[in-house]
Amino acid sequence: MQPLVTIDKVEMRYGGEDGLLAVRDLSLSVAKGEFAAVVGPSGCGKSTLMKLVTGLYIPQQGVVTVAGSRVTKPVSIVGMAFQNPTMLPWRTTLDNILLPLEVVDRHRRRLRANKAEYVAKAEALLETVGLKGFGQKFPWQLSGGMQQRASLCRALIHEPDLLMLDEPFGALDSFTREELWCIIRDLHAAQGVTIVLVTHDLREAVFLADRIFVMSSRPGRIIEERAIPFARPRDLEIMYEPAFTDVVHELRGSIADARKAA
Amino acid sequence: MSTASKGFNWIKAAPWLYTAALFILWEGAARGFNLPQYILPAPTVIAQAIVQYWSAIWKNSLQTLYTTLAGFLLAVVGGLALGILVGWSRFIYAGLYPLMVGFNAIPKVALVPVLVIWFGIGTVPAILTAFLIAFFPIVVNVATGLATIEPEVEDVLRALGAKKMDIMLKVGIPRSMPYFFGSLKVAITLAFVGSVISETVAANSGLGHMMLGAQSQFNVPLVFAGLVMLAIEGIVMYAIMAWIEMRMTGWAHRSQTMAA
Repeated sequence: MQPLVTIDKVEMRYGGEDGLLAVRDLSLSVAKGEFAAVVGPSGCGKSTLMKLVTGLYIPQQGVVTVAGSRVTKPVSIVGMAFQNPTMLPWRTTLDNILLPLEVVDRHRRRLRANKAEYVAKAEALLETVGLKGFGQKFPWQLSGGMQQRASLCRALIHEPDLLMLDEPFGALDSFTREELWCIIRDLHAAQGVTIVLVTHDLREAVFLADRIFVMSSRPGRIIEERAIPFARPRDLEIMYEPAFTDVVHELRGSIADARKAA
Repeated sequence: MSTASKGFNWIKAAPWLYTAALFILWEGAARGFNLPQYILPAPTVIAQAIVQYWSAIWKNSLQTLYTTLAGFLLAVVGGLALGILVGWSRFIYAGLYPLMVGFNAIPKVALVPVLVIWFGIGTVPAILTAFLIAFFPIVVNVATGLATIEPEVEDVLRALGAKKMDIMLKVGIPRSMPYFFGSLKVAITLAFVGSVISETVAANSGLGHMMLGAQSQFNVPLVFAGLVMLAIEGIVMYAIMAWIEMRMTGWAHRSQTMAA
């Protein structure tokens, strides 16, 4: 399969020549349709990676390529979700989900004339994440887990080729988190979207991803790349099997080394 | 909800009870200490003055209300526009902020003589003083609302190719609305201060002018009658602004509505 995202020897420094070096010699590639996870010690430049891929930052050195073209400005084929659901409180959940369509060029022109079609699509998405019938509620009337699901719908409404998730389950309780893992797993299986998940939860990464990249501490680069062989669809029970635990354990060791090296 | 079950809502009645208590204490003090009318007239004396001079009080109250509202509306339009401009770009913000702080530090009463030179005595200086004093809190609040957009929301939209204008229209301006409507309550009270200041310095009508005239004749009950009218107008306008704020930005007060 051809890669959807490639990052080639990228260096990114904040605030000019003597600024903070966030990542150096960062290289990785993610195939189309793949589920990749990036793990690493805190402050290793995971969020910088997100912004490089989405074109919010342009690297000083190296090349970022998404869908075959070099990234020099924001790429509208990505959807993003963060730890904080960042729903706009003055819009209903449905209107929050439709927000990206009001921005992306190819949709904003069609939005007014084809409103019903888009609303139907948003409602279908809400149903897939288990929020059927909650579209007219305001985000602050939903629980944290429900808001995070709605935020996933917002990230998916414009049918992105690439979904970037920055610790989207970090603020949730463990039961809700497991539920959302399954939702993401099913979305990935059903829609064939490429997903890059940035996380510090190793079990989450091993459960969801096809491939895991381990980043070093700042300045961040990839120090280990590991394929996760477990067959799909994976059941939550897999997390209690010895093979799974071994992978998590080894990854934990790599990250501990990365922290020590810092 | 425990108050409702007892049949009488003490919370709802509290403003009236406290107001009544204030006037009763005042009346009692004025009578008990036998204070002369030209020091502190009792509420009943003030009420008599309001009845006696009603036509003059009414006419001057309307004049003050008119200049206040005109100045306030100018402040809303100007404050909103300048607030959006200042919140729009860090360059404009950095340049204008010290100027605005400096301008705000000038006592507005000191500007009235200048306004009189430019526009003559009367309505226009009162409107402009109300405007000048009321517009600063609006600017600051709108700019604050725009400056505190969550970076994640901005990232989501910018990654999709949103322009600055999109972000302002979709996120920044709706977000700053609670700050804006909140500032209206402050601005309307300040607008009254501005117009009355101008009326006491240079005007032929308005409550400020009326009170100044009454004071020179030692008609202290009439002075207090003017103060009472100002307080009433202030409370009514404040209540209207608070109501508008609730209506327009109910989502920002969700914790209260949820608790109710």
